[in-house]
Amino acid sequence: MKERKFSVIGKPLPKIDAMAKCAGETLYADDLFFSRMIYAKLLRSPHPHARLRSISTERAAGLDGVYAVITGKDLPEKFGIMPSTQDEEALAVEKVRYVGDPVAAVAASSETLAEKALELIDVDYEVLKSVLSIEEALTEVDNRIHSWNRYANVQKAVSLEFGDMEKGFEGADHIYEDTFFFQGNTHLPMEQYCTIAFSGPDGKLSVWSSTQTPHYLHRTLSKVLGLPMSRIRVVATPVGGGFGGKSDPFSHELSVAKLSMTTGRPVKITLTREESFYVHRGRHPVKMWIKTGVKNDGTLQAMHFRSFLDGGGYSSYGLASVYYTGALQTVTYKLPAYKFEGARVFTNKPPCGPKRGHGTPQPRFAVEVQLDEIAEKLGIDPIDLRLKQLVEPNSETVNGLRISTTGLRECIEKVAAKAEWKKKFRQLPFGRGIGFAASAYISGAGLPIYWNEMPQSGVQIKLDRGGGITIFCGSTDIGQGSDSILAFAVAEEFGVDPADVRVVTGDTDLTPVDLGSYSSRVTVMTGNATIQACGKLKEMLYQVAGEVLEVPSDDLEMAEGQVRSISYPARGISFVECVQKAEAKFGTLGATGSYSPPKHPANYKGSGVGPTTAYSFSTSIVELACDGETGDIKIDKVWIAHDCGRAFNPLLVEGQTEGSVYMALGEVLMEEQVFRKSGLHKIPSMLEYKSPTTLETPEIETILVETNDPEGPFGAKEAGQGPLLPVIPAVANAVYDAVGVRIHEIPITGDKILRALEGRLKPVSVPSFEFPPPVKWQPGKGAEVPQKS
Amino acid sequence: MASPTSSETGKMKRRSFYMQDASRKALLRLRVNGEISEVATEGTKTLLEVLREDLGLTGTKHGCELGECGTCTVLMDGEPVLSCLVLGAEAEDVDIVTIEGLMQGGQPHPLQKAFADLGATQCGYCIPGFLLTAKALLDSNPHPSRDEIREALSGNLCRCTGYTKILEAVELAARNQEVV
Repeated sequence: MKERKFSVIGKPLPKIDAMAKCAGETLYADDLFFSRMIYAKLLRSPHPHARLRSISTERAAGLDGVYAVITGKDLPEKFGIMPSTQDEEALAVEKVRYVGDPVAAVAASSETLAEKALELIDVDYEVLKSVLSIEEALTEVDNRIHSWNRYANVQKAVSLEFGDMEKGFEGADHIYEDTFFFQGNTHLPMEQYCTIAFSGPDGKLSVWSSTQTPHYLHRTLSKVLGLPMSRIRVVATPVGGGFGGKSDPFSHELSVAKLSMTTGRPVKITLTREESFYVHRGRHPVKMWIKTGVKNDGTLQAMHFRSFLDGGGYSSYGLASVYYTGALQTVTYKLPAYKFEGARVFTNKPPCGPKRGHGTPQPRFAVEVQLDEIAEKLGIDPIDLRLKQLVEPNSETVNGLRISTTGLRECIEKVAAKAEWKKKFRQLPFGRGIGFAASAYISGAGLPIYWNEMPQSGVQIKLDRGGGITIFCGSTDIGQGSDSILAFAVAEEFGVDPADVRVVTGDTDLTPVDLGSYSSRVTVMTGNATIQACGKLKEMLYQVAGEVLEVPSDDLEMAEGQVRSISYPARGISFVECVQKAEAKFGTLGATGSYSPPKHPANYKGSGVGPTTAYSFSTSIVELACDGETGDIKIDKVWIAHDCGRAFNPLLVEGQTEGSVYMALGEVLMEEQVFRKSGLHKIPSMLEYKSPTTLETPEIETILVETNDPEGPFGAKEAGQGPLLPVIPAVANAVYDAVGVRIHEIPITGDKILRALEGRLKPVSVPSFEFPPPVKWQPGKGAEVPQKS
Repeated sequence: MASPTSSETGKMKRRSFYMQDASRKALLRLRVNGEISEVATEGTKTLLEVLREDLGLTGTKHGCELGECGTCTVLMDGEPVLSCLVLGAEAEDVDIVTIEGLMQGGQPHPLQKAFADLGATQCGYCIPGFLLTAKALLDSNPHPSRDEIREALSGNLCRCTGYTKILEAVELAARNQEVV
């Protein structure tokens, strides 16, 4: 087939909102001021685990300038992002489950006064013994954080088995067992959480919020406030960084909505930086055990993987998180047999949730480091070991995931060539090292978060007589450029300048539903929906143009602001004229488009996590210096190759790739969400919670590999999360190459390296736990569900 | 203690009103982006708060309000300053430049153009602070090396970009500035 020529796709055009952002004109949530607006603050629990005996708000409510004080009894309806684990309350009703769990909310004429009022709220807590680790959660069977879950403090335990494990391990020449720990860390977007709510005299509630998921917030507001969704409008303001942290519906969003309904005034809340650390929903701390069987030549025979996730006080996305720690191990290398057991536990710490890579950076770290060690033991170059067993395009994994395109081989070869791998690996002097790793990620989850058969993404397009085009879509720009993606797709389809396209997004009153900016779904899903809507309009435009130009409609194209004959390009009319003629013929011009991902063969319980439209693939090589005296690491350079399907806009894809590398380096080298025994965060500030500045961030060389996926819009796959994955294990493998010690814990700090060099670094302990009997599933055969014991 | 006269009681009442009310306003005279504004505001407010809440210049963002992230950077007499660590009252008698003052005659500064063109802005929230810090650098050192740029921008956190495109944009702006 002839390669389609593009005029917008593939070009490094600046984002449509770039100049507004550079001019300081973009209005984020906290930049909105309304007349009569008042300010809210939340009273948060100082205890990690306590029962609420009583709350007295009279003194606070009596303060001059305080307009309303609410507590859990005003918003008792439970909620949560996952339909089956609704265990959150806007304000605690009976119990608090982490330091920072909100118990009351105040609206007052100023933030200062609202803070003062918080001091006048009297809460009588019955302090309970707290559960602060995975081990405590599993052993303290009677000290339960929640009562709805089946066993102790285990929110969810899962067990899945694919292929013939027994045969796999029997056929292996070597079996390796290793343990790993990945410490939790947080998103740390530059913008703190902020929400404004206004319950108007028309009885309708409007909420402006820094959220990645306005649709889910819309549903939650309706459930908790008891208002029909038709009376609620949610506007996602431009998000000043999300990375997954603004994907849950939050206490502060529900509280200001209630406070506005109580007072009839616009109510704003902006959380402090310290509060943002406690709101969290970031990377889970995960302990992992992995047993892998290989042939002498390194061919994988079977893998058994166990994960224990420290979930914090509530479920959040935890159900998905636990499955994600097991789902994508099969997507990079051929694996004939695979067993996964995972458990997420509750602890009295801020809830964990989705952060860039959601549940997959931790297992990817374990798998890629273990493979590096296996290669070392077998005397095979770790890149060669991988190259001989890559997944094939148009294949199916043992757990029923369908691989369409894969550029993994090209990613490996290119990154190795650029970094001069063969010259450097195991040949650099002591203290200098190079490491490699590879990974795969989804381009959008196959299923929506709540079960329904409606599309996951929808757009509407309006054509104006003046040639202007407006696209309406529920998607939410969190900086990745999803608004620009819509404009670029429309401009490409209609052959016009992106500047002629207006974009209206993230407003439930105006835009059709898109499920939100998570799971790397936005470009693929909104892009496909846009192409579909454009197609409907193009059909009408081609019909009138064909009549006017006397050209068969299959010989028409739209380019350079013209609708013209492909065979005789001089024969054409302007886009504007064509729109006017079409409006005369058909009436007002508009169309909708929608998209849902294709179904995968996987059909077992738990197979909602893993399937996607298309998998992206990434590889990374890291070169670093590691000081044998201090353990200090200095990253010299990161090479990253990413199979993005087609680079929809290379500038944006590079930006996502570089940002992913940066975030990975923060996680592997320094970032930690750590707590005292009292449940207090040890370092809830931007100074103490270390994250890389310009001085720690090395040169990043990005290589984009294009595979043109048939399911992706113009061939595109995801770019926002996948490139984070290989960098973390690549650093670990480079540290080994530099100083000869294996660190099985993230972050890899100088202290750990020194202890390892001195032989004092203890191996990671993984708890013992009786997982449920596995759901067994065979490709082509389906599931064998165990009887409940 | 002798009982106070009625006029003294009135004074004391007023005084205790002032003391209770920490939000008692002061009149500040600020020169921002070349314009003089007089604003009656609480004396305890930071320059960041005065700019955003009293002058409506919301282009200046806040990331921590503790002087840790560089997001709220503005220029005072050409020097980058964290506006969350300065009181509004301390910012009188200096020239303040905020992001709103970077465009001239509707035309973007070479830094703004370079940041937009090279994809140096993702979520954009930290960008005003970066642009003003970079402007101060280029004003004092028109041809900085990459290491000098890194050093100058090391107090500004960005969580989106990995800094690569920001560094490239400052270099491009430095080159383009010569042309202007």
